[in-house]
Amino acid sequence: MAVTQAIFYLFATVLVVAALMVITARNPVHSVLFLVLSFVNGAGLFLLAGAEFLAFTLILVYVGAVMVLFLFVLMMLDINLQRMREGFLNYLPLGAVIAFVLVVEMGAMLAAGGSGAVVGGDGALGGTEAGNTTLLGRVLYDTYLLPFEVAALVLLVALVAAIALTLRHRPDVKKQDPGQQVRVRREDRVRLVDMPTEGAPYAPDTGATGSKGGEG
Amino acid sequence: MTFGTPEMLAVLPELVVMGMALGLLVLDLYLRPDQRGITFALAVATLAVAAVLAAVLVPGEARTLLNGQFLHDRLGAVLKVFLLGGTALALIYGRRPLQRLAMYRGELFILMLLASAGMMLMASAGTLLMAYLGLELMSLSLYTMIAMDRDSIPATEGAVKYFLLGSLASGILLYGLSLVFGASGSLALDEIAAHAARAGVSDPLLVLGGVFVAIGLAFKLGAVPFHMWIPDVYHGSPSPVTVVLASTSKLAAFALLMRLLVGGLGPMAEQWQVIAGALAVLSLVVGNVVAIAQTAIKRMLAYSAIAHVGFLLIGLASAPTSGYMAPVLYMLLYTLMGAAAFGIVSMLDRDEAPARTIDDFAGLSRTHPWTAFLMLILMFALAGVPPTGGFMAKLYVFQAAVEADLVWLAVFGVLMAVIGAFYYLRVVKAMYFDPPERTLGPVGDRVAQGAVSVNALAVLGLGILPGPLVELSLFAVAGI
Repeated sequence: MAVTQAIFYLFATVLVVAALMVITARNPVHSVLFLVLSFVNGAGLFLLAGAEFLAFTLILVYVGAVMVLFLFVLMMLDINLQRMREGFLNYLPLGAVIAFVLVVEMGAMLAAGGSGAVVGGDGALGGTEAGNTTLLGRVLYDTYLLPFEVAALVLLVALVAAIALTLRHRPDVKKQDPGQQVRVRREDRVRLVDMPTEGAPYAPDTGATGSKGGEG
Repeated sequence: MTFGTPEMLAVLPELVVMGMALGLLVLDLYLRPDQRGITFALAVATLAVAAVLAAVLVPGEARTLLNGQFLHDRLGAVLKVFLLGGTALALIYGRRPLQRLAMYRGELFILMLLASAGMMLMASAGTLLMAYLGLELMSLSLYTMIAMDRDSIPATEGAVKYFLLGSLASGILLYGLSLVFGASGSLALDEIAAHAARAGVSDPLLVLGGVFVAIGLAFKLGAVPFHMWIPDVYHGSPSPVTVVLASTSKLAAFALLMRLLVGGLGPMAEQWQVIAGALAVLSLVVGNVVAIAQTAIKRMLAYSAIAHVGFLLIGLASAPTSGYMAPVLYMLLYTLMGAAAFGIVSMLDRDEAPARTIDDFAGLSRTHPWTAFLMLILMFALAGVPPTGGFMAKLYVFQAAVEADLVWLAVFGVLMAVIGAFYYLRVVKAMYFDPPERTLGPVGDRVAQGAVSVNALAVLGLGILPGPLVELSLFAVAGI
């Protein structure tokens, strides 16, 4: 038990520190990376509590997908941090009130929660029968098989809709297609024109002069 | 859970539609733009095959399958045949208009198939969860199909309006469903019905949930005062999508209503009967009176759709006493009429002379006598003039109201039908008595022309010989 508790405190401490860094880091990219760290530690806590499905979901969905999306958005947006930090003192009283309410509520919950083990309790394990991923799977793929599959179709509709509504090839847009630019051949861009030379004196009989178009 | 051949057979129509949607999604990527016809033909064939399967696999008695999620019964089978058939017709009518709108794309056919799958799931939902998921599958596909006409401002406006109000309606419905779930402690509709029979009005949570569910359904059906979105959406949508909106999506909403209110909250019929009656009166007044003032044909037909929901609700208000045959019959016939009427409007709509207003139909009898004749049948049917099917539908609804001691509602309905006849006959007058101003030609291909002729003549034929459809409706509601 002592080892488990030590691991718990390790994860919990890193989690809290990382969470603090998320809101204090100057560079938003660092904030996101700290958020990833705190998620991974949170997942560790879930594992300790016996909720392995939640732990994996947190890593797969939040760390794997949502955070990558955050990073993309951050890189694409030009965020002026100075402007964002300006109103800090104005929002402080409201933020403090909300934080106070949250702390009181959490305290009340812990006080009412009784003496159950915080770590390693088997409430989330569904007894000793099987891991909760198995249990969840049994419900999803048995009792709720049809709704589960239909929910997947609803997501598919969202996917098809997003692509059908945004992707279209407009002929009047002058955007570059790198593939086409690379694949260009000399004949597409260069035209050799036969020009009769003007006047006789300087014309040794050599034929055409090349006239080159732009190369790209 | 048992998952053997009987279960597979019961959900086979759904599996065919969903599987083909996925298959076409991949296939369409490998087709050149000029081969889009393959996707189109396969989508129509899928719907037709699924309709035949649904008809063949109709069960002897109602059964719940897949842990109660799927209700396999006669009503579901009959509704599915009409849902699939109507959607297939909408696709056939829409071929040329879609090509003209640059919407003749693989995504549209796939969304059409997915919307149909959603409708089918609504028609055989065994739990609240399935009912809601089916509704969302259908609605999301429809929102997208409307918005796919990207260069049209009315279409974008219609799509956004439909999306916002549809989401609001879904939210209200979902809230109601959650209250019903909280009150009864079960997602299964039969267990909810058992709880409603036990507790009834003594359970305030159930009553509140029931009211929210009724409001959500009224939104989806487009009953007054939850009708605001209908005219704008019908008018703005690309016409081929309007055909689906007006016919099969209405029928699907009705299927959802049959499942939730009749299947789930059936024991509380005495309470929702009053709501249905009130909504019927409002819908009849607003639909019929406002339609008179319309000049745009699709807008007029949209208000007419609102009025028809009013007639449907008369049938529903009297149904707990006099049986569900009348509303089912009404809705099946309205699906046919709506599909054909909007189908003709969508086919006449073309670039040089879009059939936007009723005046555009002036002199159609001279330029296109056959199309004008079909439109004449449909206008008479929508107005409820004998010997068309529309008359029979109204007759049975009014008869049901009289049987249920709601004579005043029947009389009111007849009065409103008389008012309604005015604006339908205005179209007939324009077609047959006004000189042609513009040459307006059907742009549909021969298949579409043939299909719409069969559809309209079926409306006429079912008025002369209503027997088969009455039998079918009785067969569908036999288990209720």
